[in-house]
Amino acid sequence: MSLKRNVSLATGLRYRGQGPMLTYVLHRIGGLGMAIFVAMHILASYLGGDIGGLLNDIYENWAFQIFVFFCALFHAINGLRITILDLFPKLIEHSREAIWIEWAVFIPVYGIAVFVILSTALGG
Amino acid sequence: MATTKPRSLPLSKRGLNFEMLMWLFTRLSALAMYALILFAIIGALIMGARTQMNLADVLRWGFMPNSTHVQSTDVPDLAPWSTPLWRVAGSLLLLVAVAHGMHGLVVIADDYIVSSRGRNIVRILSIIMVIAFSAMGLYIIWTS
Repeated sequence: MSLKRNVSLATGLRYRGQGPMLTYVLHRIGGLGMAIFVAMHILASYLGGDIGGLLNDIYENWAFQIFVFFCALFHAINGLRITILDLFPKLIEHSREAIWIEWAVFIPVYGIAVFVILSTALGG
Repeated sequence: MATTKPRSLPLSKRGLNFEMLMWLFTRLSALAMYALILFAIIGALIMGARTQMNLADVLRWGFMPNSTHVQSTDVPDLAPWSTPLWRVAGSLLLLVAVAHGMHGLVVIADDYIVSSRGRNIVRILSIIMVIAFSAMGLYIIWTS
């Protein structure tokens, strides 16, 4: 039995899921980003040598750090929201508010981190 | 659109199956990773990170308490950072994170690969990758 969606890509892109949809998409991007980063990092540490050095150079780059920190921080904060709401289903009523709290935590912490990364990378 | 009966069962008839247990594992392992990272950060502060490491280095240690992560800091002696306690903590974090991440990749793949043959291949590949990355990670943690 295979699944048939009958929804085209164009229709999918026009879907307006608003805040919850955005967190779902970013959670997925963050998870994928971290999985790729951790896999690269383990491989680089295990292999060492030229390949390891090349991979190290990639993830020590400030642009990559900004991306990976976004993945890790958003996935961690959003994951905590999902865990709390799933383990305490009565809180589902307040899921919209939970997403606002999530952004209120994420934006300042991520903003400070990006500022620190950039001022270290570009300011010397 | 044809009307279909809802396929969800009441909780009492659902029982436990592997996918449900992995759903629960994903949530519990998230909490476990929070606890392990907090444990590593508190440990780092107790071992003197407050004056010898900057915030980025403390976080790097927090995400994986492996002594190679503090090599480039002002920590005078790596010995307290490579005790069996930290190797065990690092191993736990590695195993939980690899299982959590690989299950996440399987969930994503299931959204795009819908044939049962394809899904079986994804599962076999994921088991191979869990074993491979766990083994490589454990080797790094216990030999560094």
